[in-house]
Amino acid sequence: MRHIISVLMENEPGALSRVVGLFSQRGYNIESLNVAPTEDSTLSRLTLTTIGDDKKIEQITKHLNKLIDVVKLVDLTEGTHIDRELMMVKVRATGAQRAEIKRCTDIFRGQIIDVGPAIYTIQIVGPCDKLDAFLESIGDAAILEVVRSGSCGIARGEKNLSV
Amino acid sequence: MEMLSGGEMIARALEDEGVEFIFGYPGGAVLHIYDALFRSGKVPHILVRHEQAATHAADGYARATGKPGVVLVTSGPGATNAVTGIATAYMDSIPMVVLSGQVQSHLIGGDAFQETDMIGISRPIVKHSFLVTRAEDIPSTIKKAFYLAASGRPGPVVIDLPKDITNPIDKFEYSYPEKVKLRSYTPVARGHSGQIKKAVQLLLGAKRPVIYSGGGVVQGNGSESLRALARALNYPVTNTLMGLGAYPASDRQFIGMLGMHGTFESNTAMHHADVILAVGARFDDRVTNTVSKFCPSATIIHIDIDPASISKTVTVDIPIVGPVDSVLKDMLAQVQQLQGADQSLPDTAAIDSWWQQIEEWRAKHGLWTAPRYDTSSGFIKPQQVIESLYRSTKGEAYVTSDVGQHQMFAAQYYRFDEPRRWINSGGLGTMGFGLPAAMGVKLAFPDSDVACVTGEGSIQMNIQELSTCTQYGMPVKIVNLNNGYLGMVKQWQDMNYEGRYSQSVYEDSLPDFVKLAESYGHVGIRVDKLEDLDAAMDEAFSLKDRLVFLDVYVDRHEHVYPMHIAPNGSMRDMWLSKLERT
Repeated sequence: MRHIISVLMENEPGALSRVVGLFSQRGYNIESLNVAPTEDSTLSRLTLTTIGDDKKIEQITKHLNKLIDVVKLVDLTEGTHIDRELMMVKVRATGAQRAEIKRCTDIFRGQIIDVGPAIYTIQIVGPCDKLDAFLESIGDAAILEVVRSGSCGIARGEKNLSV
Repeated sequence: MEMLSGGEMIARALEDEGVEFIFGYPGGAVLHIYDALFRSGKVPHILVRHEQAATHAADGYARATGKPGVVLVTSGPGATNAVTGIATAYMDSIPMVVLSGQVQSHLIGGDAFQETDMIGISRPIVKHSFLVTRAEDIPSTIKKAFYLAASGRPGPVVIDLPKDITNPIDKFEYSYPEKVKLRSYTPVARGHSGQIKKAVQLLLGAKRPVIYSGGGVVQGNGSESLRALARALNYPVTNTLMGLGAYPASDRQFIGMLGMHGTFESNTAMHHADVILAVGARFDDRVTNTVSKFCPSATIIHIDIDPASISKTVTVDIPIVGPVDSVLKDMLAQVQQLQGADQSLPDTAAIDSWWQQIEEWRAKHGLWTAPRYDTSSGFIKPQQVIESLYRSTKGEAYVTSDVGQHQMFAAQYYRFDEPRRWINSGGLGTMGFGLPAAMGVKLAFPDSDVACVTGEGSIQMNIQELSTCTQYGMPVKIVNLNNGYLGMVKQWQDMNYEGRYSQSVYEDSLPDFVKLAESYGHVGIRVDKLEDLDAAMDEAFSLKDRLVFLDVYVDRHEHVYPMHIAPNGSMRDMWLSKLERT
């Protein structure tokens, strides 16, 4: 199963390499990862998605917790949560396709953020399966370039991940 | 407030931390620090002959004393040479602080002379590491490093120190912090009382229990509590390779080491157990044999300080995260309380019949109930050497070992009654560990006998330390089980590769170890006849202030037994000799 693990860690050099190193060292997979400082500049928030059975995910969270730089973490998938990913797609948009792509972008509530004579660059935000669905509907032939941020997530309701 | 340079702060902080010895080797990036150490003259420094030996010596010191070992090495090759020793300490959870020099801050990343990314290289084998970028941070970083190394599940901590921050010109206010605060690190102080209660209830209802205790009991100073609990229950105890001595080997309730080369009775008892109390042990692959066949009828309680150790390989039923000593004490209190309320606990009849079964196994194949090795070859058997060592030192020596057959023979035949006496590289299996580790132990306990049981393969991996022993007068006794082969490799080649000795034979290339020892100013004794063994052993230990290299020529074709049958074997599947199996 796919899990989204959110990690609060010390905003210090080397902290990220410890997290990434842990995954390669112990043979765990990282599907996506993003990291940025939080409102408290001493802390970074890292979100990673990984796939594994319960036993593996338990080991991953335990080993992450063991890292001295990791202050707190939560497996968002354990509760209700919201996850979003941002994607920018550069597509070939010529002739009749131009209107079709525009329509498709509207359906997915994306925005065209750059326009050229033969291209559109589309921004789209949502859960990662929505992004997958958008790419599928555009079709491989039109796609020139895809860049995705990786998921970030937050728990629903009162629960919060803070120090 | 006192004003000190970066280098001086390091020397001073180590002094304030109560460091007894630094093991190290100077070089360009640490010259300011070495000068500060020279001028302060407070903490003795042991100059090794190779940085790997510095880490092993610090490690031996740490295992014997329980205090962090301290290493100081220069950047680049100094740091990388230390890596094997850091990994060794990491695998066995040994507290260690390694100070490594680094090129000047402005040169980092530019492929400067003797530059290496020590933080990066050591990352997977440290508990934590620090790159100090400001001299002002030196005292607090050193304080944190010692705290991290020794608390919770102990481990090595690296502090990388760029040369410029240790320069003698710039001075800073020095004060050594009394306390450390790390918001992200709070080791568990007590076990969960509900879990402990559940565990005790299960334990008291057991009919075929085994207490399986590991290195965590030694490192966590839980030996006394373990003994008290085991005796209150009258349950059999087995120790892992790392746990030897935590429960006294000469005690009736001790059923020997378990695992790949464990005793018949301990492995068989584990296989048939209905309740296993695992304490500070980690279900290593060298213990469990095939995990899916591990102890099929057992309900397992697991006490460990490290939550990540719980259910890592074998899924356990009642996990208790906490320091072993406090959890064992809590368990004993509950056992006594429950026994007070219900005299029928534990089930004495069942336990008696379990003991009867174990005694049968022990009588049949136990290593100590009758000679289990064949002496008909006429050569000295390696087991006899360990028995002679045990006799000569009355079982009270500190014994370090290298890695291979000699290590297993020492573990099987030297009956350790106290923790911290058996010092070996269990997790990483580092050849070359024994001699430098013995140096660290001897410095900590100059009045105790310290023996390094080794082989002609392992000893040559750090034999240069004979020179260090000369310089500092470290009269350890080296017991070299010389069979002219890489014995454990040969054993596997005998058993699995039809005796094709691929690169496990030295031909006629071995040095004359007696002359070699003598050339360093030590005593060398060669033994090749059984009738000379005891006298030579006694002579070695009677020469209190001399390092003695006992070069014992043993049967070249002996194997270590019992030995787990792998792959696909369970705990009870063992070779008992070259021809006999369970």
